[in-house]
Amino acid sequence: MPAKTERTAPVRTADDALVRAGRALRLVLLIALAALFLIPFYLLVRNGLASEEEITSAGWTFFPSRPHWSNVRELFADPDVPMAHALLNSSLIAVATTAGTLLLASLAGYGLARIPYRHANAVFYAVLGTLMVPAAVTFVPSFVLVSSLGWVSTLRGLIVPTLFSAFACFVFRQYFLGFPRELEDAAQVDGLGYWRTYWRVVVPNSRPVFAAVGTIVFIGAWNSFLWPLVIGQGRSSWTAQVALSTFTTAQTINLHELFVAATASIIPLLLVFLLLQRYIVAGVERSGIDD
Amino acid sequence: MSAPGSTRRRPRGRERNRALWFWTFVGPFVAGLALFTYVPLAWSVYLSLFDAHNTVSPTDFVGLDNYTAMLGDPAFRSSLVTFAVFTAFIVPATYALSLGLALAVNRLRFAQAFFRSVFFLPSACSYVVAAMVWKLSVFNGVRFGLANTVLGWFGAEPVAWLASTDPPWYWLVIVTVRLWLQAGFYMVLFLAGLQRVPVRLYEAAALDGARPGWQTFRHITFPALRATSVAVVLLLVVGAFQAFDEFYNLLSDSRGYPPYARPPLVYLYYTALGQGQDLGLGSAGAVILALIIAVVTVVQSRVSGLGRKEE
Repeated sequence: MPAKTERTAPVRTADDALVRAGRALRLVLLIALAALFLIPFYLLVRNGLASEEEITSAGWTFFPSRPHWSNVRELFADPDVPMAHALLNSSLIAVATTAGTLLLASLAGYGLARIPYRHANAVFYAVLGTLMVPAAVTFVPSFVLVSSLGWVSTLRGLIVPTLFSAFACFVFRQYFLGFPRELEDAAQVDGLGYWRTYWRVVVPNSRPVFAAVGTIVFIGAWNSFLWPLVIGQGRSSWTAQVALSTFTTAQTINLHELFVAATASIIPLLLVFLLLQRYIVAGVERSGIDD
Repeated sequence: MSAPGSTRRRPRGRERNRALWFWTFVGPFVAGLALFTYVPLAWSVYLSLFDAHNTVSPTDFVGLDNYTAMLGDPAFRSSLVTFAVFTAFIVPATYALSLGLALAVNRLRFAQAFFRSVFFLPSACSYVVAAMVWKLSVFNGVRFGLANTVLGWFGAEPVAWLASTDPPWYWLVIVTVRLWLQAGFYMVLFLAGLQRVPVRLYEAAALDGARPGWQTFRHITFPALRATSVAVVLLLVVGAFQAFDEFYNLLSDSRGYPPYARPPLVYLYYTALGQGQDLGLGSAGAVILALIIAVVTVVQSRVSGLGRKEE
């Protein structure tokens, strides 16, 4: 390390000026890009708090003359827009999907990683194989199955088929393969079987991976659109995304209400996102490339 | 491990015990996966061989007719062209932007967490909400849209962003919305890759006289990111193939979906669940798409050597 500073000493002035100019330029560029990236969020809030006339006025103003908080009341009082119910559906679906996926996928991942069984590899490849089948392409056959079960327009139909995430199972398996074996061995010496070892030793020591997979699954479930569009055909089973989409393409729309609705639909997610961001980053890094 | 004595005495019982526990842990998941992935896939292949309008239990066997109809349909072929055009724009654009952001953010001395969060934040936004902002606020075809307001400051006429096919400005709208949503996600992948580049490589390069900046990037950073790059491109292509949400939400209105710019999934959606509810034809289309994606994935993995290096 000290060698490095000595090396650059003779040419410091010229290089320094260049490096500093480069750094300043990069910072200016980053600030401009960051502003661009934030504009859509700003527009959501600006339009949500503006009156209908201000949204469609040709003279652009950066902020509405005064915040129209009444837009929020109007939205939730509008009988044509079942937004409160749609938000409730989205919450139920996202929470149930996250809880169910974590339970099923973590158990399966642990079994695949740790219980020596003759056909474990075959089972693992059968799970891995479904990762090759893009989920979006299976919406036609899955619709066929769910409709033959009579689950169209039900919460069951929206939740149950999405609970079996090969991706989540895979992440858990890779994680448990690297889990320190000594901890489990100690538990087994104490006479705990697989089941109690799992719940008392493995789960309490694996919170970060549960948080990482959980946030990714939650965000995915909250934002998913194609499946709820296909299955949620009745108004009572609309999710927030389907409801928003339906209003966007409707003949007559109240823009100010629509933007409040959109803002309301991203607030829960932004909270989850900002609170658990480091777990998402960890999860993305772990799942995307490493394995 | 547990007492070795019991292993020797009852190996059979232990084996059965393990199998029992294995299926207790793995069974529920595998059963669900089989029911909701393998069964639909098999059923789809079965349905694709039948004339299945509006029914999931058809009787009229038509062999490969659905497949020939699908492949002979100019609308389906044009949906593949739409995908190809979309991929040609979105893959290089996302790759360049996310790599550029990662490089810029990686060496920041301060406010690194702030910039990373800002660029990553759109990943939390849904395509529906983003498409809504793009369609109703930024790229609205009338004067009050943000893009047209900005153009107006320079004296330009308003552009009908989504409504005209000549010139096809809708591509700008479609590509930018996905770029905004996914660039931060891939930036995180690149950041992770950058952190794994050994510092001694840079030290060695500096000793050899490589100047920081382009030379170092060209000869050290870029080659070191090869595995990440391969995976990112693969994910981008597969993701582009599955594009549905933004196309559907940007282009459809109360009169329905315009005939242009239908990527495969949008086309499939209208075939299987639109007016005709032609599930046989839709299933054939789903099988064809799955095969195309599989081939693209396998070819790309082979060409780039993904998997070989990582195994």
